[in-house]
Amino acid sequence: MLKIEKLTKTFGGNVAVDAATLSVDGPSMIGIIGRSGAGKSTLLRMMNRLTDASEGRILFEGRDVTHLTGAAKRQWQSQCAMIFQQFNLVPRMDVVSNVLHGTLNRRSTFTTIFNLYPRADIHHAIEILDRLGIAAHAPKRAEALSGGQQQRVAIARALMQDPRMILADEPIASLDPMNAQTVMEALRRIHDEDGRTVICNLHTLDTARRYCDRVIGMRDGRIVFDGTPDQLTTGMAREIYGAGADFSEAATSTEIETLDRSAAEQARLQALREAEATA
Amino acid sequence: MADTTARMGTDAVQADYMALTRRKRVYSVVLLAVFVALMAAGFRTADSRNAGGFWDGITHVFDFPAEVLGEAWANAARLPGHLVDHLPALVETLNIAAASTLIGTAFGTLLALLSTRGLARWPGLIPVFRRTMDVARAIPEIVIALVLIFVLGGGPVPAMIAIAIHTTGALGKLFSEVNENVSLKPVEGLQSVGATWAQKMYLGVIPQVGPNYVSYALLRLEINIRASAILGFVGAGGIGYDLRNAMSWGQGRYDQAAAIFILLFLTIVAVDQFSGYLRTQLTHGRQPREGARA
Repeated sequence: MLKIEKLTKTFGGNVAVDAATLSVDGPSMIGIIGRSGAGKSTLLRMMNRLTDASEGRILFEGRDVTHLTGAAKRQWQSQCAMIFQQFNLVPRMDVVSNVLHGTLNRRSTFTTIFNLYPRADIHHAIEILDRLGIAAHAPKRAEALSGGQQQRVAIARALMQDPRMILADEPIASLDPMNAQTVMEALRRIHDEDGRTVICNLHTLDTARRYCDRVIGMRDGRIVFDGTPDQLTTGMAREIYGAGADFSEAATSTEIETLDRSAAEQARLQALREAEATA
Repeated sequence: MADTTARMGTDAVQADYMALTRRKRVYSVVLLAVFVALMAAGFRTADSRNAGGFWDGITHVFDFPAEVLGEAWANAARLPGHLVDHLPALVETLNIAAASTLIGTAFGTLLALLSTRGLARWPGLIPVFRRTMDVARAIPEIVIALVLIFVLGGGPVPAMIAIAIHTTGALGKLFSEVNENVSLKPVEGLQSVGATWAQKMYLGVIPQVGPNYVSYALLRLEINIRASAILGFVGAGGIGYDLRNAMSWGQGRYDQAAAIFILLFLTIVAVDQFSGYLRTQLTHGRQPREGARA
């Protein structure tokens, strides 16, 4: 359904994304990993057409969306929702209005400027908020919410678009571990229950392993790995992150369990050493 | 069970939010109705007081520009000469504007610092400085200029003083609003090393507000060019004086008026372009190249 062919983006002399090629055949949950500056964001932004591609094509169900302009481009953007690291909500507007922004492409400029959304849309927006567990905050201003709640409002806006595909650019990078887990679980649920494709930029390996069915690794603008989480060996991960032998997955982790896991590991090693000493 | 309570919760949220939305819509409609009523009533009053009548006059709005353009077109060959002739007067107008902007910015900065809570040298005198700025803004510059021309005689100096007074008031207010967003931490740091008030302001506050100040001052320079051109009409010299002479009806000098309009237009465009460039340089610094993100 989605096909990207030799997509390239150059900024001046720098190549941000270098001939990226990938295809998505059916609904799936995909994680793109790589260190900062690897071109992950630029790749997603090109798919949403926030950034124009320098070369290459993006095909969605056989239709070339790379060079759409005007209304056609806006229509494509409404089908391919975007979630940002910093949430990108309108801070001074209430939560429901922010979610209703997901319908902007379907409604006329006049009705949206005068806040005349249909009753059914308002009800639907609140149902989506309820599904994400934040309906109680509906009338509050977006800026009054915590980071994790704001990111869920952003997801609700994306769902309000009823998109074919959801792109998430580092959705949990500004969140604490608990909120990060809630947001990732929400994205996974959207994929599982609605069957929507979710493409997610992540900078931590274990999040990608835990929530995604397919992992794409990028380094210096090139796609260097594309496979299942199981195929992603430690050696491959070192290659993607350009790290030395001292690299371990726990070092990139933002999850709470990792701490327990490494503590348990330490305790096990300690016990082993003591056993060896007494033997 | 838990599901039904959650369900009811959502219904309540929906009902509450719909009520909120309806209330907001009612307010909007009432406001719109009041606005339309005021506009309609105001227009009737204004029209009945108008000496000539709005509907009789509206058809003649373009008569004057048409006449100016017609004459200027007929004498198009003389335009370049006129442009050169009026250049010295334009320089005088620009000088008035630049000098008054500089003086107004200096006094405005001082008054702004003295009238911002948390920064003021004498917190008790804040209202005094604020009212001083209000007065400077409230008196039209043309009134000050007329009084000064009467006292000092015609020429660029009265105009310069008049515009500087207005600029002081206007910039002082804008600057003190900028000052309110300033971080007091650097100021406290300087206080901790034993700095005087002037040192704290110049070394702790100005670096933070500098780009904003310059941006407002440049905007004011544009406004002051127009103001100093207008003051020429009341005898303050500069291009405004030439324009008044050229524009008096029935002297057949509309080609000169057109030349002056062209000069003024080009000046405003040049200043706008230059200040826009300077503002971006100051507020964003040198633009880093795009694409630093992942």
